[in-house]
Amino acid sequence: MDIVSLLIQTLNAVQYGLVLFLVASGLTLIFGIMRIINLAHGSFYMIGAYMAFGLSSGITETLPAMIAVGLILSFFIGFVLEWVFYAFLYQREHLEQVLLTYGLILVFEELRSILFGNDVLGVPVPEVFAGSIPLTDTLSYPVYRIFISVACLIMAGLLYYLIRHTRLGMMIRAGSHDRTMVQALGININLLFRIVFAIGFMLAAFSGMISAPMTSVSPGMGNQVLIISFVVVVIGGIGSVGGAMVAAMVIAFADVFGKVLVPAYAGMFVYLVMALVLLWRPEGIFRKG
Amino acid sequence: MARFFRTFPLIAALAVLLVFPMFGQIFYTELVAKTLILAIFAMSLDLLVGYTGLVSFGHAAYFGIAAYTVALLTPAGAVNSIWWILPVSVLAAALAALVIGVFVLRTKGIYFIMVTLAFAQMAFFLFHDTDLGGGSDGIFLNSKPTAHLFGHEILTFENPTHIYYLVLALTIFVYLSLRWLLKTSFGHILIGIRSNEHRMVAMGYNTFNYKLAIFTMAGGLAGLAGFLQVLLTGFVTPEMLAWHQSGNVLLVVILGGIGTLIGPVLGAFTFVALQEFAQGLVDRWQLVMGIFVILVVFALPGGLAAIPARVRRRLVKGAQHD
Repeated sequence: MDIVSLLIQTLNAVQYGLVLFLVASGLTLIFGIMRIINLAHGSFYMIGAYMAFGLSSGITETLPAMIAVGLILSFFIGFVLEWVFYAFLYQREHLEQVLLTYGLILVFEELRSILFGNDVLGVPVPEVFAGSIPLTDTLSYPVYRIFISVACLIMAGLLYYLIRHTRLGMMIRAGSHDRTMVQALGININLLFRIVFAIGFMLAAFSGMISAPMTSVSPGMGNQVLIISFVVVVIGGIGSVGGAMVAAMVIAFADVFGKVLVPAYAGMFVYLVMALVLLWRPEGIFRKG
Repeated sequence: MARFFRTFPLIAALAVLLVFPMFGQIFYTELVAKTLILAIFAMSLDLLVGYTGLVSFGHAAYFGIAAYTVALLTPAGAVNSIWWILPVSVLAAALAALVIGVFVLRTKGIYFIMVTLAFAQMAFFLFHDTDLGGGSDGIFLNSKPTAHLFGHEILTFENPTHIYYLVLALTIFVYLSLRWLLKTSFGHILIGIRSNEHRMVAMGYNTFNYKLAIFTMAGGLAGLAGFLQVLLTGFVTPEMLAWHQSGNVLLVVILGGIGTLIGPVLGAFTFVALQEFAQGLVDRWQLVMGIFVILVVFALPGGLAAIPARVRRRLVKGAQHD
């Protein structure tokens, strides 16, 4: 592999890792704080992607407006979803959570099929980022991929700021540590959960939204992302956002370079990495407590 | 008398199943056979989920590995006897479970769920991405196995009714054997591990060995279901190992009620019936299925097998009020 394609693959891996991180960070927050296994998280990603399709075909043309509308909309959907379905699950066992969220996947997939059909749909790349940067005579790198990386980094930075330096973040950190104590201190834990869930939904939907122009929008896209982000969460250590970042990069590099180096076994490669990590540290790289 | 009321529905159901192929169309015979295969598959998973407290999210791997073993062991033109194909495919699945079990049983809780999934995904991509078993298209079985006994062909598997009776006999056999097994001290140790593993360790049991034994056994039984599935459909695809399959069978177990043997059977019949019914009724059967599943979680903790107990409790309560 020469230096230019190495660079391209590295950029690809970083970009993929950042998207994975955003999806997985929501998942790990929801699990770490609310103790809920959310199988429907991949559907949130899918909803985001279809939202991008819906918004780009007619409603808003400019990218910032689209992202803003998408973020607000997804926060709202997440908030309501938690209220209607997930609030019931806190006292229930993991198995029932798996069952209910599995049911939600079926419902979301079918609603998607009713609203948008089963065809693969394309979302146009915004004109500002439509070009690509030439690297050699034959190779070039699309600007939009760089935009995705930057957008994800900004989002990750905001998330970091939120968790580390705000009052809400303090409550989130405390909540993941000791739920009962937080409640005893007079914090409205129900509202906190609802907000965390909505943030998780928003992050997943945002990833789906900005990935849509690159990956196109297709049925089953949520499931693929779901399994991989579960892998990320588990490798990183459940509840650890920092761990999710490291794990997302490990998985992204394993996947991208696996596909280049051992194409026939690339699918297995990611899971092999996961199995090895978990055999080395059965509770993830950044285990807690 | 109470015993009679408990066993009577079982006997009646069995009688219906025995005469069923004589009245139903071939389509329904195959459908019920498919359901019973799912029931065996679900019972095997319930050994882990319900009895030992190990939530495996990769159980389809063993189902599929046995199925691929059948397909790979029947090259074109060869005549293969069920007497060795069946044990070999079951053993292959059990062996895979033994090897994977050594690794995954080191983890617990959600990590166990995810590692079992990871190994199943590895198996899925092994068949999906390589040419080992026809890649993503899967492969057709060249010829169905034959069943000769003392020189006579006792069952022909080109005939769905024969498969049906084989499946039914094996379902009953599996049910009764597991019922016996779970009453032995081995079964009690498993239940002990589920309720409090630390205590079992403190009592001097090497729980790892017991968990590995049941994991291997469950893998083998899932393999039996996989074998029967190929026998029925005649082809194998990587989808048989996909995580949806693991999710569906877990759904069947939870739907029916974990920690019971009849639960998975009830779950299997409900699942298939619902699927067929909703498919016939509307195009959007997944929507119906999804809503049903969500309602079950809200309204029926403990699954379908818990309904009689709930009704009884309700009745007793009602009687007390009067």
